Amino acid sequence: MTRERATPGAVDAPFDVDRIRKDFPILHQEMHGKPLVYLDNAATTQKPQAVLDALIAYYTADNANVHRGVHQLSERATEAYEGARGRIQRFLNAAEAREIVFVRGTTEAINLVAQSYGRQSTGSGDEIVITALEHHSNIVPWQFLRETNGAVLRVVPMDDAGEIDLGAYEAMLGPRTKIVAIAHVSNALGTIVPVEEMIASAHRRGIPVLIDGAQAVAHMPVDVRRLDCDFYALSGHKVFGPTGIGALYGRAEWLERMPPVQGGGDMIKSVSFEKTTYNDLPYKFEAGTPDIAGAIGLGAALDYLSGVGLDRVQTYEHGLLEYGTEALSRVAGVRLVGTARRKASVLSFLVDGVHAHDVGTILDREGIAVRTGHHCAMPVMTRFGIAATTRASLALYNTRGELDALVEALGRVKEIFG
Amino acid sequence: MSELAELYQEVILDHNRKPRNFRSLTHPTRTAEGHNPLCGDHVTVQVEVGDGVIRDIAFQGSGCAISKAAASMMTTALKGKPVQEAEEAFHRFHRMVTEAAAPEEIEAALGKLAVFAGVREFPARVKCATLPWHTVHAALSGDGAPVTTE
Repeated sequence: MTRERATPGAVDAPFDVDRIRKDFPILHQEMHGKPLVYLDNAATTQKPQAVLDALIAYYTADNANVHRGVHQLSERATEAYEGARGRIQRFLNAAEAREIVFVRGTTEAINLVAQSYGRQSTGSGDEIVITALEHHSNIVPWQFLRETNGAVLRVVPMDDAGEIDLGAYEAMLGPRTKIVAIAHVSNALGTIVPVEEMIASAHRRGIPVLIDGAQAVAHMPVDVRRLDCDFYALSGHKVFGPTGIGALYGRAEWLERMPPVQGGGDMIKSVSFEKTTYNDLPYKFEAGTPDIAGAIGLGAALDYLSGVGLDRVQTYEHGLLEYGTEALSRVAGVRLVGTARRKASVLSFLVDGVHAHDVGTILDREGIAVRTGHHCAMPVMTRFGIAATTRASLALYNTRGELDALVEALGRVKEIFG
Repeated sequence: MSELAELYQEVILDHNRKPRNFRSLTHPTRTAEGHNPLCGDHVTVQVEVGDGVIRDIAFQGSGCAISKAAASMMTTALKGKPVQEAEEAFHRFHRMVTEAAAPEEIEAALGKLAVFAGVREFPARVKCATLPWHTVHAALSGDGAPVTTE
């Protein structure tokens, strides 16, 4: 089988993908009698042994509730949990650990900002600017503000390649714009959005910016201070960590001013029936017992990724993406959707005359896991006048051999559909 | 025959390429819409019923080969049939694609529609095959509410 082999090239020579693959036990199995080729990383990523070990170690030796007990086990759990917060802070290069709020994932992070900052700051006719390539989770939470606050959603268009119209964006920003919320990388198209420029434009007008980083953090270095964003949302499971945990970075001066959205234990300093005093950052936003193990697993995932080095991951994946783009372009009847100049991870495509679901079923029988459908980005599909695409999405453990297997399996699709 | 070949039989591929009754009726007595929110597939089924018989039936919409062929073959099977028989066919079809060991007489009673038996080996695709059937069932049972697979 050639699919296990990393083709050495000038760009990715120092990156030992075989060694990386050994760290991910799930990859070494067969599906329908064929080696698993996991190309659904934009949906969720696989977990390295280090993350699995961290989860087991926590439950085996350190499990207790955090911020509560006087006993040693609780102190250990608290230390591990807060240690994970510190890891996220360093990973994103945030100024302070209290700027990292643990949430369930990107969706909850965006909802938190919408329900807290958004409810507080938008009035009738105020505007929220998003782009045409957003995931549903960066559309629907803002639509809630239309219902409750009368806010208006403005959508920056994109061109046929899937690139944001920056001129239209500039023109859209105005005195009524209360927040800009944009994806760092499009989950459906792979476009890397020029967020630095967009943040700078918004800031010239004093508008805060939220970045949906769900599809970025596993593929490129992210530095929230260099980006100068006000909020950055991420999901643990898309960056080799567990499901059910994620983080919201928020600049302290914003988080300080924002009201909590959930009440309960841990988010208070004192409670009486007459008056409750909220806790300090970040606990004000972390009501109830958090996903302690998840946070620790996420910390381990980020350590793993930093150990490999995100610059190297980015370079390797870029080579892989170019290889895949080239290979798919050569397959007759295959058309890529999303051809922005700067892309990460995602190869979304159509097969002439064959619905994406049929493509997905046939690829599955060849051991290849891809996503088919609208990718929780129905407006993106509408923009391109299509119902669904087949999406192969890459991560650091994928190989050129696996992309060759994808191309070969597409031959099988043609065989069946003639 | 491999499971894949069982699923994509020539007759299914033919109906996918050239769907029958893929049009809209001028005088439908009942219309229903079906959606699969997971994949965005949608189908509209129109029937013209007179004296308890399906005098004409047609569908429109977009979807995968399985859902398109299922809709196409369904319309050819039900045209001219009493409503009662169509309802029986709906229940038989549903059993055939969802039950691991549906009795053989079910397949026999379904005639040409038995080509969809292979769908049961593909749990993720069962809804593709049943969507048009749920939709025609909604049209015939007359509650007119849009059908969804979820």
